[in-house]
Amino acid sequence: MNSLDRVDRRMLDIMQNEFPLSPHPYQDLAVRLNISEAEVLERLRRMKKDGVIRRTGAILDSRQMGYYSTLCACKVEAERIDEAAGVINAHRGVTHNYVRDHQYNIWFTLTAPSYEEAMAIIYNIEQSAGVKVFSMPTLKRYKIKVSLNMGDSDEDQ
Amino acid sequence: MKISERDREIIKFVQGDIPLESRPFFPLAQSLDLSEEEIITRIRHWQEHGIIRRFAAILGHYQAGFTANALVVWKINTEDADRIGMKMASYDQVSHCYLRDVPEEFAYNFFTMIHAGSDKQLEKLVEDMAWQTGIKDYIIIRSIRELRKVSMEYEL
Repeated sequence: MNSLDRVDRRMLDIMQNEFPLSPHPYQDLAVRLNISEAEVLERLRRMKKDGVIRRTGAILDSRQMGYYSTLCACKVEAERIDEAAGVINAHRGVTHNYVRDHQYNIWFTLTAPSYEEAMAIIYNIEQSAGVKVFSMPTLKRYKIKVSLNMGDSDEDQ
Repeated sequence: MKISERDREIIKFVQGDIPLESRPFFPLAQSLDLSEEEIITRIRHWQEHGIIRRFAAILGHYQAGFTANALVVWKINTEDADRIGMKMASYDQVSHCYLRDVPEEFAYNFFTMIHAGSDKQLEKLVEDMAWQTGIKDYIIIRSIRELRKVSMEYEL
């Protein structure tokens, strides 16, 4: 586990929730945190290297982009998981894929330019991996916001 | 969606990982013959229209200390979905909250993705969610191994 100090955690909270969109975002961040811009960049590089930060950028909305997405699950024999994962991950619309502790043991998300293309990919996976894929599309979305509370917001000061 | 070549380049850029440099938008601005402010104005425009949901840092859950991540699925009556959805969505530790169309043999139709610092915290949280919503039929489906986690690259 990486040890993140208080400044790191505050920085992560700000970067997740109110990233300063400006020509000098890290300078703005430095002012808020009362440290130098060089220190901000140094801390961010370290957290990037350690995998704490995966990337910084825009998160696009698949629906607004006109894409179809669904969550899929399948039951795969334990010894065939890697083989099936290879088949599934060969499709670029598969963005998240996890082995889980349930009889449906592989769960992945699929995003495609249309419903038809998504179904074609699922059919292809079923044929190539020899598994039945259960698609569980969204009927209603109540929340989508991945923001991990690092516990050091400005209000704590 | 009708879109200019410049917009296409900007969207492509922001879907990636912006450089850890003092002026991360400068190289793109130069290559497109725009000012950094003009690029930021475009980004804000897409944010206002919901095309960009957020502009933010995306963390590695595990590396950031959230070692207990689980999909928790609940069996609910669809007519209660809105009431339950509001409650479940109000938890900070819940990142995704959806009513889904599921196969009959699965039957758990309400999905929550939860991130906690430990198994104990996770279980406590789920118990609290069950208590708050009155939904007692649920399964905690933990992730055992990550096979892939990337951001979607949309093409315009």
